[in-house]
Amino acid sequence: MNNLAQTWVYLSASPLFHLTLTLAAFQAASLLFEKGRRNPLLNPVLGAVGLVVAVLAATGTDYATYFEGAQFVHFLLGPATVALAIPLYRQWHHVRASWLAIGASLLTGSLAAVASAVAVLWLADSGTTLMATIAPKSVTAPVAMGIAEELGGLPSLTAVLVIVSGIFGAMFGPLLLNLIGVKDWRARGLAIGTASHGIGTARALQVNETAGAFSGLAMGLNAMATALLLPLLWGLFF
Amino acid sequence: MIGYLTLILSCQLAGEVVVGALGLPVPGPVLGMALLFGFLLLRGHVPDALGATADGLLRNMSLLFVPAGTGVIMHVALLSEALVPLSLAVAISTSAAIVVTALMMRLLSKGADRE
Repeated sequence: MNNLAQTWVYLSASPLFHLTLTLAAFQAASLLFEKGRRNPLLNPVLGAVGLVVAVLAATGTDYATYFEGAQFVHFLLGPATVALAIPLYRQWHHVRASWLAIGASLLTGSLAAVASAVAVLWLADSGTTLMATIAPKSVTAPVAMGIAEELGGLPSLTAVLVIVSGIFGAMFGPLLLNLIGVKDWRARGLAIGTASHGIGTARALQVNETAGAFSGLAMGLNAMATALLLPLLWGLFF
Repeated sequence: MIGYLTLILSCQLAGEVVVGALGLPVPGPVLGMALLFGFLLLRGHVPDALGATADGLLRNMSLLFVPAGTGVIMHVALLSEALVPLSLAVAISTSAAIVVTALMMRLLSKGADRE
C-alpha cells in the first residue's frame, strides 16, 4: 500500500500519467460513441473532457499539473490546423467555382453568431465584460482569445465558451441542417466550420471529405474576418 | 513521412514568425495552412506520403481538443454564476450561425444543391 502511494506521488508529478489519462479517456469516450450508434449526445470530446475532469476532481489535481502531461496532445493542434490545407487543396475546384457565395455566406453567418450571442447576454443584463467575452466564441480558440482581450473580455473564459460552441455545433449541427433540409456537403461544411471552428471540422471530416474541407476553409476565413471586423464593429456600439 | 512532417511543422513555424513579426490578427497555424496550400498549388498535386501524414493527424483531430476543454475546471465559479445566460447564448448563437450560413450558401449557389 505504501509502495502504491509512493508510485502515485511519482506518477502524479510526471507528464506520463496525464498524457495517458487524456488518450484513455478519449478512447473510452469514442468507444461509447460507436456503441451508442454515434448518438450526438455521446460526443467523444464532451465525454473525454467529462472523464478527465472527474479523475482530476477525484485526485485533487489542478489544471496546470494536468496540462504538463496533456500539452503534448494540445501541441498537435497547430500541425493539424496546417494539415487542413490538404483536404482544402483536394476540394479547391469546388471552392473556386463558388467563392462569392462562400464569402457572402460566411460573413452573414459570422455576423449572426456574434450578434445573437451578444444580444442574449444584453437581454439578460450580463454586463459588457461577459458580452466581450462571448462575442468571438465561434472563432478558433487562439484567435478568439486575442479578440476577447482586445474587446475587454476574459480570454480564458472565452476559450471555454469556444470549446462548448464547438461541441454544441458538432452535436446538434447535423440535426439542424437536416431539419432545414440542406443536403449539399459544401453548405453543410461551411455552416459547421463558421459556427464551430476546429471541433466542428474534426467531426465533419469523419462524415464527408467535401464537408470537412469546406469546414476547415470556413474556420480559417471566419478567424480572419472576425479578427479584422469585430473590433471595428464593437467600437460602434460599446 | 518524417520529411512531410518537417514540411508541416516548417509551415507552422514560418506562419508563427510572420504573424509575430507583422502583428497580424490571425494565429500562426492558420497562416501556416495558407503556406502549405500555396506549396500544393505550386506542386500541382498532393504527394501520397504527405496525404497519409495529414490524414493521420486529421482523423484524430477531435482528441486534440480534450486538454483545452478540460480548462473548464478553472472557471467553475464564474460559469455557475452566469450559467443560464451563457448556455442560452452559446446554444442560440451557434445554431443561428449554422442555419444562416447554410441557408445563405443554398440561396447563393442556386441549382447547385446536388447530393
